Amino acid sequence: MSAHDAGRDPGFVEKYLYSTDHKTIGLQYMLTGMAMALIGAFTVYVFRMQAAYPGSSVPLFGRVAAADYNYLVTMHGTIMIFWVAMPVLIGGFGNYLIPLMLGCDDMVFPRVNRLSYQIFLLSSVVLVASFFVPGGPFGGAWTAYPPLSANSAYSLTPYGSTLWLLAVALEFVAFLLGGINFITTTMNSRAPGMKMFDIPIVVWMIVLASVLFMGSVGPLVAGAVMLLLDQVVGTGFYDPSRGGDPVLWQHLFWFFGHPEVYVLLLPAMGIVAEVMTVFARKKLFAYRTIVYSAVGTGIISFFVWAHHQFVAGIDPRMASLFSVTTLIISIPVAEMFFVYIATLYGGSIRLTTPMLWALAFVAEFLLGGVTGIFLGSAGSDIYFHDTYFIVAHFHYTFFPIAFIAAFAGITFWFPKMFGRMMDETLGKVHFWGTIITFNVCFLPLFVTGTAGDHRRVFDYSGFAELATPQMQNLRILATWALLAMLAFQVVFLVNFVYSLFKGEAAEANPWKANTLEWLASSPPPHGNFETMPVVYRGPYEYSVPSRDDDYWPQYEPGDTADDGAPSGPRSVEQGA
Amino acid sequence: MPNGIVAGADPHGHGHHPALQHHFQTLDQQHEASTLGMWVFLVTEVMFFGGLLMAYLLYRVWYPEAWAEGSLDLDIRLGGFNTVVLIASSLTMALAVRAAQTGAQRATVRWLLATMVLGVTFLGVKVIEYAEKFELHHVPGANFVYEGPHGRQVEIFFSLYFGLTGLHALHMIIGVGLLSVITWMASRGRFSTEWYTPVEISGLYWHFVDIVWIFLFPLLYLVDRAHHFA
Repeated sequence: MSAHDAGRDPGFVEKYLYSTDHKTIGLQYMLTGMAMALIGAFTVYVFRMQAAYPGSSVPLFGRVAAADYNYLVTMHGTIMIFWVAMPVLIGGFGNYLIPLMLGCDDMVFPRVNRLSYQIFLLSSVVLVASFFVPGGPFGGAWTAYPPLSANSAYSLTPYGSTLWLLAVALEFVAFLLGGINFITTTMNSRAPGMKMFDIPIVVWMIVLASVLFMGSVGPLVAGAVMLLLDQVVGTGFYDPSRGGDPVLWQHLFWFFGHPEVYVLLLPAMGIVAEVMTVFARKKLFAYRTIVYSAVGTGIISFFVWAHHQFVAGIDPRMASLFSVTTLIISIPVAEMFFVYIATLYGGSIRLTTPMLWALAFVAEFLLGGVTGIFLGSAGSDIYFHDTYFIVAHFHYTFFPIAFIAAFAGITFWFPKMFGRMMDETLGKVHFWGTIITFNVCFLPLFVTGTAGDHRRVFDYSGFAELATPQMQNLRILATWALLAMLAFQVVFLVNFVYSLFKGEAAEANPWKANTLEWLASSPPPHGNFETMPVVYRGPYEYSVPSRDDDYWPQYEPGDTADDGAPSGPRSVEQGA
Repeated sequence: MPNGIVAGADPHGHGHHPALQHHFQTLDQQHEASTLGMWVFLVTEVMFFGGLLMAYLLYRVWYPEAWAEGSLDLDIRLGGFNTVVLIASSLTMALAVRAAQTGAQRATVRWLLATMVLGVTFLGVKVIEYAEKFELHHVPGANFVYEGPHGRQVEIFFSLYFGLTGLHALHMIIGVGLLSVITWMASRGRFSTEWYTPVEISGLYWHFVDIVWIFLFPLLYLVDRAHHFA
């Protein structure tokens, strides 16, 4: 919509397919991500069935050939990271929350925002289309290492690998455009009175994540251009037989790939911070510490990438350097977790569904972080590299990020997004079902990985020492837990759809929270606020002793909590 | 009407500048936002070309002789001419922004047209250079032919030459397209001393593309010239 028809009722096409409203775009990102998650879930179902029962026919798929296994694993990784975690955490929550939490009526570049979603949708279509081309989709793993990925004589997917690259490149363009919006909006369009340290943590985190993304994605796009030229034109950038170097791709990929971990972690941490402080009814323990830790994490994340390449033949002196930086980055991340635990201490904790998810995030991510120490140290990584230990470690970090934190966010902001409450009983069934099955699924993989299971083997029966019944039973256990976990997601979908239409109507501020999005009605209209809010204090003034209410919204006039300054809006900083 | 603007002001009435979008309060704020947005975009562009230059650095250190050979095959006169053309276009672009700032509409259009002419000149010279490489089979791929002691590695040099200059040329084409829109807007009198942001941020983009060339020219054309002519 153009700037001048905000009052007009838009038609269906304009409202849902061609909208510039940040809320519509945010929900579009989120729902597209959820739809892609179904494809990602189907691929994991098929290849885990093959891992548990090699050679048998998988219901809804059939027999899994080695090449099928490769593309299923590749597509699972690609989809879950780039088409689920990114759109839900960055595109979804970022677009939906940033203007609402900053107290403005839209992103600064609404049409750029619309273009961002349209390009993202196109990238999803390209990726899904690659399932149907001759040769099948790309099967060279989500990291696309050359020379396997650079030459269709090796990858056997002449169209699949090019479409994969194209889809990933389009997706990055979409998030670049989104990131420009996030950063600029936060700098320029805050409500009067909102200083940098009055910005809610989740907005800080999404903006810092955008900065990381913008800083790291360029080299990967450059690498992707060279890979594309290798595939299509026949250049030899990564072909050792023609003087090229495949390790160059690994550097360019992981220069992006490791900051990308934090691009996704930071928004997840932000969501958890919002949820925890609301349901602990206590001020966030150390707001500035979190911000500085996140900035520190972001900076260090640019200096850890080569820990993915300890077995790629890099210089041992460089390996020890990257071991050290990798261990250092756990310090600011641990700092943030301690702040969350300190926030809980002495709070009046309410175990609602979003709070359960937030608490589970801390517990589960901790396991992922601790197992990372084995992998960050070059010596032990040489043993663990490319085993299921890595797979288990990775899922203990990314499942909390992409799903646990996302569920915390969705259950927390659902009333705001759709104007209805989600069902608490179904929510708790979904929570406990998911958490228990998740652990039963991935804990055994630490064991099989330590025993030597290589992550890319599609049938272990050829390896006598790995094909023992004990090992196979662990694989079967993990697969059954996965099936149960997938089944519990149906509970979520039922709850989502049921609450969308039949849930109890939500008031504007059902959780008694402080941030500005709860001032707007549920769901907020186009333009967000009746009158534009003015900010009087920081976002986390809970249980202030001098007040009757245990919360003190940012938009409520009155003395500021900390310095007793006279009432009235603080100095306006907009455009400064 | 779900409102967007400061209390009392009607965003859809007639009391505001026509260029002011509903979600901004002032033209200044809109200007700041647009400028910051362009700078953030340029940061990603710097990192993008940085990745390509990383590849350049790696292979140049590995294959210095091939780099010298390949570089000597590039036409320094055409490359030098194009460098002068692009620097001149940066000047005309800066003059266009200045003219827009002072509200000189006709001068703005004139300088923008001059910038576009210089940009197209650059692209034309690039076409001549590419055509020559095609004839000599210096384009990497199945048909690449190079007589010389380091032919294999010279192919990587030419891969980077085409990759870097091709992507730079793509940026130039986008820039010329952008400027033609801006020129059309300027000729319709859309800009004033209060509102000339599109001219300014297009200028930022144009200068960035010029600066990329300032790196590419010595890195590609001047690798071993001094040694060769000494």
